[in-house]
Amino acid sequence: MEQFRSNRDYTIIFIKAGLLFLLSTLLFGLLGALEYVIPGFLKDVFTFEKIRPLHVSSAIFWILTCAIGGVLFYVREEHNGIFKLPNFPKIIFFILAITFSSILVSYIFGIFGGREYWEFDPIFTIPISIGWGLFIYAFITNMKTLKNQPVYIWMWFTGAVFFLFTYLESNSWILPQIRNNLVKDMTIQWKSYGSLVGAWNQLIYGTSIYLMDKIAGDKKYSFSKIAFALYFLGVFNLMFNWGHHVYLLPTHAYVKHIGYLVSMTELVLFGRIIYLWRSSLSTAKRNFHIVPFKFLFAADVWVFLTLALAILMSIPVLNLYMHGTHIIVGHTMGATIGINTMLLLAFAYDIIGFRKNDSKKIYYGYWTINLSLIIFWISLIVAGVMKAYYQFNMPEMSYGVMINQLWPWFLLFLTSGICMIIGFVLVIFPLFKNKN
Amino acid sequence: MGTYRSKIVILILLIISFVTYSILLYESDSKQSAPPNKLAQKGRVLWQEKNCTACHQLYGLGGHLGPDLTNVYERRSEDYIKSILHTGTVVMPDFKLNEQEIEEFVEFFKYINSTGNADPKSYKKHLDGTISQ
Ligand code: HEC
Ligand code: HEM
Repeated sequence: MEQFRSNRDYTIIFIKAGLLFLLSTLLFGLLGALEYVIPGFLKDVFTFEKIRPLHVSSAIFWILTCAIGGVLFYVREEHNGIFKLPNFPKIIFFILAITFSSILVSYIFGIFGGREYWEFDPIFTIPISIGWGLFIYAFITNMKTLKNQPVYIWMWFTGAVFFLFTYLESNSWILPQIRNNLVKDMTIQWKSYGSLVGAWNQLIYGTSIYLMDKIAGDKKYSFSKIAFALYFLGVFNLMFNWGHHVYLLPTHAYVKHIGYLVSMTELVLFGRIIYLWRSSLSTAKRNFHIVPFKFLFAADVWVFLTLALAILMSIPVLNLYMHGTHIIVGHTMGATIGINTMLLLAFAYDIIGFRKNDSKKIYYGYWTINLSLIIFWISLIVAGVMKAYYQFNMPEMSYGVMINQLWPWFLLFLTSGICMIIGFVLVIFPLFKNKN
Repeated sequence: MGTYRSKIVILILLIISFVTYSILLYESDSKQSAPPNKLAQKGRVLWQEKNCTACHQLYGLGGHLGPDLTNVYERRSEDYIKSILHTGTVVMPDFKLNEQEIEEFVEFFKYINSTGNADPKSYKKHLDGTISQ
């Protein structure tokens, strides 16, 4: 095992590179929040149209890089340290790391493709697809079959394949037939985004189930009927629930109805969490001293909060009020920080490990992140509720005046964001130290 | 759900429904009163090249530092739009656009406005939780 933990292990390098993207996410998040609080801040040097993509793309690159590193590492661990195509992690790493870094540089020079989330020039789609294609190929070569496999292998497989498909689909605006019909274009754009997020969640949730099994010391859950039932529910939602993004778009009514109905199936997950909370809590008490478990547990709490908000947002009447407000920002960051980032940090701590004398730092960092995230999340939700109120009840209010009214909540957003960054720094740096 | 066969069948059925749904969406055209003219098409490309979406939304989707612009063409006069594009505002940068580019943006806003109404107040609410315009 030891030889795989040497400096040349590209699965670990994947995770460390991911952590660098996380640091970049935090830096540009901070600058973005400053532009919220100090109108016109850095306007002439480094404007929001550069900062937002730098922040959001860094976040996505952190998620993707660390998710791939985790899957590759655990696939090898599952095969007792043997990885067929041993050079592939290195090749995939170089393709993706160079592409992702070039994208960030291209933003600094003001080169954009200008689509939400994938704001880079579509030329970068070529290396991303090649890198991802190799990842799928390496995964399939190592797994061979789905027969008699635990649920997380199914999830990794689905996540990897669907990601590539939906990512390519999100580029369909390049075709003039699609681009020249705004409503159709936006429908397909949000169809692909909905599925894309579902796809990376399959990768990450799959890994979290693997890790939970590892901590529990048995794989009963991964082969259980309930695990597969929830997996299929997840895939079903990945494919069909995206309609809730486009309730206000004048697209086909059936898209919205399907989105609404399918989203409501998530109530099953919500009910299950409530039903199981007692036993979840006792598992938590037993394992809370294990660092990766701590992060898994935080993610569970955030799944609960995020799911509650997501289900409310999927009801069209409520979505009508929340749409286009900071409630959406709160939801997106709540999910990408509270769920994705917490899970990825659990993998990072399991894979890389840490020095004993860093335990205190990790402990304080962990609590700082989670407590500030709650305030961060609430401040965005309150700002969003106020914006919704003004939009419906004071339509004559000018945009500038309205934003002024929200200012105290943006200040709270910035302040809690700064605390969260401090928490992250405490948690990230122990992962870069040499363990010996 | 227990056997491998039943799992694969469920997965394949899901994939087939997904592919069918996708093809249906690609094939069916969303109605629009008129396709964008050449100027509006250029404005569209410019909208993406300048990444206006980092601050602005269309149909409520986009960044959140600036207002939704779906119906700005109806809400504001052309002169107002042009002057904002010329100078920027406290928050919005001056993109140093030339006259041609400003015309393209105005045409683009005119086109978007023709595709529908994004004002949440224009929706009727129904008891089953759905909405309609
Ligand atoms: C840094 C954020 C930012 C960017 C980038 C940005 N805007 Fe703006 N824009 C704003 C803000 C904020 C306002 C509202 C100004 C006010 O009311 O004080 C605004 C207002 C406008 C308005 C007037 C809307 C109204 O109802 O009064 C138009 C039109 C507009 N922007 C077009 C654009 C275009 C086109 C681009 C891309 C070239 C762009 N904006 C990029 C922040 C931005
Ligand atoms: C792990 C950490 C973080 C992740 C993964 C993350 C992720 C994201 C994502 C995905 C969005 C897009 C939201 C949307 O489209 O609705 C976003 C937006 C944003 N984030 Fe973060 N974020 C992180 C931390 C922070 C921090 C610490 C701050 C501030 C101090 C911050 C400030 C912002 C701002 C200002 C926006 C833009 C909101 C807008 O106008 O649309 N983020 N972030």
